[in-house]
Amino acid sequence: MRNRKRTGWHRYVNGVSISTLVTALFIIVPLYWLIATSFKNPNSIGSSPPSLGPTPFSGGNYSNAFVGYDFGIYFRNSVIVTICATALVLALGTLAGYALGRLPMRGKFTTMVILLMISVFPAVAVLAPLYLLMRNLGWLNSYQALILPYTAFNLPFAIWILRNYFLGIPKEMEETGRIDGASPLRTIWSIVLPQALPGLFTAGIFCFTACWTEFLMALTFNSSNNFRTIPVGIAEFGGNFQVPYGTIFAASVVAVVPIGILVFIFRKFVISGLTSGAVKG
Amino acid sequence: MAPVSLEKINKVYENGFHAVHDLSLDIADGEFMVLVGPSGCGKTTALRMVAGLEDITSGILRIGGKEANDETPKQRDIAMVFQNYALYPHMTVAQNIGFALKLRHLPKDELNAKVKDAAEILGLTDWLDRKPGQLSGGQRQRVAMGRAIVREPSVFLMDEPLSNLDAKLRVQMRAEVQRIQRRIGVSTIYVTHDQVEAMTMGDRVTVLRDGRLQQVGTPQYLYDNPDNIFVAAFIGSPSMNLYDANLGAGARSVKIGSQEVDLPESVLLARPALRGYEGKKLVVGLRPEHLPAESPGSTGPKLVGEVELVEALGSEQVVHFTIDANRVLAEGAVDKDEAAAVKHGEGVARVAAKTPVKPGDKLTFAVSIEDMKFFDEATGVAIRE
Repeated sequence: MRNRKRTGWHRYVNGVSISTLVTALFIIVPLYWLIATSFKNPNSIGSSPPSLGPTPFSGGNYSNAFVGYDFGIYFRNSVIVTICATALVLALGTLAGYALGRLPMRGKFTTMVILLMISVFPAVAVLAPLYLLMRNLGWLNSYQALILPYTAFNLPFAIWILRNYFLGIPKEMEETGRIDGASPLRTIWSIVLPQALPGLFTAGIFCFTACWTEFLMALTFNSSNNFRTIPVGIAEFGGNFQVPYGTIFAASVVAVVPIGILVFIFRKFVISGLTSGAVKG
Repeated sequence: MAPVSLEKINKVYENGFHAVHDLSLDIADGEFMVLVGPSGCGKTTALRMVAGLEDITSGILRIGGKEANDETPKQRDIAMVFQNYALYPHMTVAQNIGFALKLRHLPKDELNAKVKDAAEILGLTDWLDRKPGQLSGGQRQRVAMGRAIVREPSVFLMDEPLSNLDAKLRVQMRAEVQRIQRRIGVSTIYVTHDQVEAMTMGDRVTVLRDGRLQQVGTPQYLYDNPDNIFVAAFIGSPSMNLYDANLGAGARSVKIGSQEVDLPESVLLARPALRGYEGKKLVVGLRPEHLPAESPGSTGPKLVGEVELVEALGSEQVVHFTIDANRVLAEGAVDKDEAAAVKHGEGVARVAAKTPVKPGDKLTFAVSIEDMKFFDEATGVAIRE
């Protein structure tokens, strides 16, 4: 009986489909709730019983976030800080990863282990000394106060990913480049990097997401409204006596969009980047 | 086009491993030289030193008469084809072939014309817009060749370029590589572990073992006159039958196991040094084709073996037999699995297709005594004079 072929809709009912569905719901329901609530008007947000859809539909929360709460400034700050840090991480990570993967040098293993240790170091532990450092440099309330530490904290992971990627590229390809007369930088640019694109995208998206959502340093180093990033900005919405849930939800939706777009565009690369090295070839 | 000369080249790695010992070699202008030897014999290291991918520890390398030890690969004006082709997967065939020219800032028209010419020679014209991933193994191999010839280098280096192909294609490409090399007439150093490739392709063949030169010569010369047991066993397939033997009194006969084979005067006249081995042990070698089945009524020297296995190839039969003598295995000349499979006293003979023979038979072989090889038992060096 067990082996009888199921027909009709019955064949979709099995353990795998059900667990996939449950997992998907865990992710989709909060996201749906976030988006739906961002379009509700303030009165219907707390209503009991809660309304499932945004009725009545209202875009007021969005205009409130941008007009009433300077969300535009926060968004701009986040874009600047995140893009600068990600670009730096990828540029430095490529050079360091290539050197650690390919060039003859001493202490490669030690360097890799130290990098790994740095990448798991709790940010809280370095917050106070970093704050003092930034204050002495006169960098509090500036972009570089976030760009530099973000770069430093995300670099180790990027180096690991990129190094492993470079190791997977046959050495003969670079040797052919050398024989053909390409300089080392030209070899990296024309031969190695095009093949390491999945690794580059993976490292880039991880770094982008980490910087985009970072809260603790952004809160500590940049207290001025003009340099606040999105996570801090949203957290400081509202005052002593009210929490504007609708506006917070609307701002959060806007904040999620760039990451969603990035992952959607590069999804193929990211998946192959995460699984590279799992299977040779 | 340029001759290449290696003068006492040594390679010692940082960990102390001495990969190449005092290698001296002259490759003439336009010559096809094959470096052959078992894996780990230093042939690839030697090639990489010529390419400039590996430092030369000591010795002098000259390309086109000019010392090239400290020149970069680019300055040496060489082109190399790797075993795994090392094509750039993100570029089309045309871009792959033209990359080196692009680096030289060649005008676009000229570049395209050269790429087209190379593609024509190699029959790749229809594939120029494809990426390497869409090509078959043989086509990829040709793209790698195209990348090398388009630059019109003075020396071609090839590192086992055919070993990733299946057997049939390999035979085809063997001829093709030779044809291309002859057509453009560039000095070529070709590394392989396959002695058949070495024999069929090389103008001359260099046999290496453990980083030391064993013998250089034309394929036929190496086959007919091996300098030592290693070369004798390595060149030729099936390989030479080598047995421990004793030279009899007056050097008039040689005893292989319990069988005595008479040596005619002519053998001794050709190799007077044999007299020095009178009553001593030595190693004798006989190629499979020098052991035909005895024809009725012949009176020449003979050997009797017990047939173990017969491989009928249509044109001939390869007969595996045993005799009661100790088979000598040259270390490294045959791979370990093969060596382990060789039984005590086993030998191989090529026998005419019509000879009636089956396993278990006692077969009498006519020994082509003039073709018998003699080697010193201790040093393995051939006794030829």
